[in-house]
Amino acid sequence: MAKKNKKTQKNKSKKTQPKKGFHFEYDEALESTAVVKLKKKYGLFIGGEFKASKSGKTFKTENPATGEKLAELALADKKDVDSAVQAAKKAFKAWSELSGKERGKYLFRIARLIQERSREFAVLETLDGGKPIKESRDVDIPLAANHFFYYAGWADKLDYAFPGKKIKPVGVCGQIIPWNFPLLMAAWKLAPALAAGNTVVLKPAEQTSLTALLLAEVIQEAELPKGVVNIITGEGKTGAALVDHPDVKKIAFTGSTDIGKTIAKAIAGSDKKLTLELGGKSANIIFEDAAIDQAVEGIVNGIFFNQGHVCCAGSRVLVQESIKDEVIAKLKKRMSTLRVGNPLDKNTDVGAINSKEQLEKINSLVAIGKKEGGRFHEVDCALPKKGYYCKPCFFEGQTPASTLSRVEVFGPVLSIMTFRTPDEAVKIANDSNYGLAAGIWSEKSSKIHKIASELKAGVIWGNTYNKFDPAAPFGGYKESGFGREGGLHGLYPYVEVR
Amino acid sequence: MENQSLKINKTIKLYIGGQFPRTESGRSFVHKIKGTNKPYANVCQSSRKDFRNAVEAAKGAQTAWEKRAAFNRSQILYRVAEMIEGKKEEFIDLFKTTMGMTKTQATNAVELGRDAFVYYAGFCDKFQQVIGSINCVSGPFHNFSSPTAMGVVTLVESDEFDFQNLCASLAAIIASGNTVVAILGQSCPSVLAPLAEVLATSDLPGGVVNLLTGNIEELYAVIGGHREVQSVNFQFGSKEMLRTIKESGASNMKRIVSAKKPALCLERITDHVEIKSVWHPIGV
Repeated sequence: MAKKNKKTQKNKSKKTQPKKGFHFEYDEALESTAVVKLKKKYGLFIGGEFKASKSGKTFKTENPATGEKLAELALADKKDVDSAVQAAKKAFKAWSELSGKERGKYLFRIARLIQERSREFAVLETLDGGKPIKESRDVDIPLAANHFFYYAGWADKLDYAFPGKKIKPVGVCGQIIPWNFPLLMAAWKLAPALAAGNTVVLKPAEQTSLTALLLAEVIQEAELPKGVVNIITGEGKTGAALVDHPDVKKIAFTGSTDIGKTIAKAIAGSDKKLTLELGGKSANIIFEDAAIDQAVEGIVNGIFFNQGHVCCAGSRVLVQESIKDEVIAKLKKRMSTLRVGNPLDKNTDVGAINSKEQLEKINSLVAIGKKEGGRFHEVDCALPKKGYYCKPCFFEGQTPASTLSRVEVFGPVLSIMTFRTPDEAVKIANDSNYGLAAGIWSEKSSKIHKIASELKAGVIWGNTYNKFDPAAPFGGYKESGFGREGGLHGLYPYVEVR
Repeated sequence: MENQSLKINKTIKLYIGGQFPRTESGRSFVHKIKGTNKPYANVCQSSRKDFRNAVEAAKGAQTAWEKRAAFNRSQILYRVAEMIEGKKEEFIDLFKTTMGMTKTQATNAVELGRDAFVYYAGFCDKFQQVIGSINCVSGPFHNFSSPTAMGVVTLVESDEFDFQNLCASLAAIIASGNTVVAILGQSCPSVLAPLAEVLATSDLPGGVVNLLTGNIEELYAVIGGHREVQSVNFQFGSKEMLRTIKESGASNMKRIVSAKKPALCLERITDHVEIKSVWHPIGV
C-alpha cells in the first residue's frame, strides 16, 4: 500500500509539476459569496435575543484578504458581560435538570443545522478569517458539526462516562476562543459543556466573531432554551471581565500561552475550574525509514495548513541527517506548487494572514531568524496587493536554541533541525516549554510506538499530521495547557464528581 | 549506673535521592509531643536549597521510574507495605509517644497507611485500563488515549497528621510513574525517619520519593516558581499560600490540586497524569 501510494504520488506530482520550459497558471475558481448575507451591525446574543451593547460602543471586523471592513460588532463591557452571565445563571436550573435525552436532541439539532447551512458558514469563515475556502469547507465546518453530533450522544449516557460516580454540571461556564478556527473552537467549547448540563457565555476572538454570531442564529433556530448559550463580542477587556465574574464557575480558554498564564493568575484566589489549550512548538520528526514523499506532504500540511495559525502546527521539523538533503530538496519542490492568495479561490492552499498585527509579528520573528543566521528559503510567488499575506518559508540549519525553535510563530514559518539517533530526536523534541503535539514519520510501526511513548506531548500523529476528530481527546502537556477537549475525556472538565 | 545502658536516640535527617542528608542549612526545630511542650526530637528545618536538591533528585529519577514496567512499580509499592509491616512497632511507638494515640489507635493508623500502599500497588497497572480509551476516529488510524506521568510532583502535607493520607498521597502520586518531593506537616515530622527507612529498603529507586521536614511558611513561595516541578498537591490549609503557589505556578503551567479526597480512590491518581492521544496509521 505504502509503495503504491508512493507511486501514485509520484505520478501526480509529475502531472502537476511544470516541466522545464513549460509554464501554466491556474484560472481563478472563486467561491460565490452570495450565500452569505452580511449585516451592517451585529448585536450581542444574550438570553436568546440579539441586543446592542449597553454603552452603544462597537468595533469593526475586517476581511484580512482585502483589509476591507465587513461589519460593526457590539463591544461588550463589564455590564454586558454581567447580563450575559445572569442570563446563563437564570437558564442553568432548567437546563441542568432537563433530561439528558432532551439536551442531546437540542445538540443533534444544532449539528444538523450547521450541516444544512454549511456553505454559508464556510464562506463566512473564510471572509472573516482569511483561511482557504477548501479548508473551511472541508475541515472547519464539518468538524464543528461533528463535534456537536458526537457530544449530543453523550448527554443521556453520562452515567456510563462516570461509572459508579454521582456527577453534576459545574454551572455557568465562561469560554474564550481564538481566531484561528473560530466556529470549530466554539463547537469544541460548547458541545461538551451543554451535553453535561452547563450553561455558557462564549466570547469569540474580536478578529473572527461572525461565524459565532451565525451560530447564535442557528441556536435560535434550534429553539435552544433562552440563556443556555450567550455569545458576547468584544476585546481582551471583555474576556477579562468574563474571567473575573464571580458567578462564572469554570473558565475554558484557547489561545496564547501568555494570556493563559494571565488567566491562571487572575483566578488563583478563587475556586474556579480551569482548562487551557495554549500554544505549541510541535516537533514533526522524519526518520530515514519514512516514506519520504508522504513525509514531505506531512511537513507541508503540518506547518502551512491554515497559514500556520495552528496551535499544534508542526513548526519544528526534525529530520534524520542521512535524508536531510533529499527531504529539503523535495520540500522546496513541493512548496513551489503551493498556491498562495485569495482564500475564496477553491485552488488556494495558503490564504491570508488573519490580521495586520499577526503579519507584523510573523515578519518580526522571520527577521530575527535571518539575523540569527538560519538558511532561509521562501516560496517564490506573487502576493495579492491588498490584504495580509506571507510567503510560506523555512529556516534550515536551526538549533534547539534558535529563537524559531523555541518561540511560537503562529504563521507559515518552519524551523528545520537534524538529528542522528532516535534518542537524540526525542531529546530535541522534548526540549521545549510546550508539549502540545508531535508527528512521527517512519514505516516501522514499533518505532512509531516507541517514540510516541517517549514524547512529552498530548497528541501524537504517526505518518500523518493535523488530524482532528471529535472522538479523540486533544490537549497539551507542560505550557501548552491542561485539560482535554474531545472524546470521553473532554467531558471531565464540565462536571463535578461527587 | 553501670548496669543501665544508655538509649541510643536516632538522629532524624532528610530523605533525598535515596540518601539521608542533614539539611544543608544546619538548622533544626523541635518536634514537640502533641499537646505538651515536651521535646521528642530535633528535626531538620529544610531550606529552599534542600527543596531544590530534592527536586533535582526527583527529576533525575523520574524517567527511569516511569519507564519501569507498571507491574514492577506495583511490586515495589507492595514491598513498601511489607516494610511498613516490619517496622510496625516503631511506628506504633512513635504515634503513641508523640501523637498521644492509644495502642489501638496507633496500630490502626499504621495498618491503614500500610494498606494504602497495598491499594495503590494494585492500581499501578490498572488505572490505564480504567481511564484510557480507544477512540473511533473517522479514517485509517488506530487512535488511543492513555495516561502518562506528569513528572515531578510536590506534595505539601496537611498539618493535621494522618498517616493513611500521607501514605495514600505518596503511593498514588508515584503509582503512575511520577516522582515526588513531599514536605511533611509539623504535627509529626519525626515520621520521616521510619518512613524513609521503609522506602529506602523497598527496592524503590533513590529519588522517587523525597521527604523534607521544615517550616512551610519558609518554603511555599519557591514551590510555584520551580520550573522542574510539573504539579503540586497542596493539602495544607492556607488559602493565601495556595493562591501564591497558583500565581507563581502559572510560570510553567503547573497542575495544582488542593481538594480533599478519600484516601483510596482513582482520582488521586488521575490528579497527576496527562492524557496522550496517539494516531497510529493503519494500512498495508
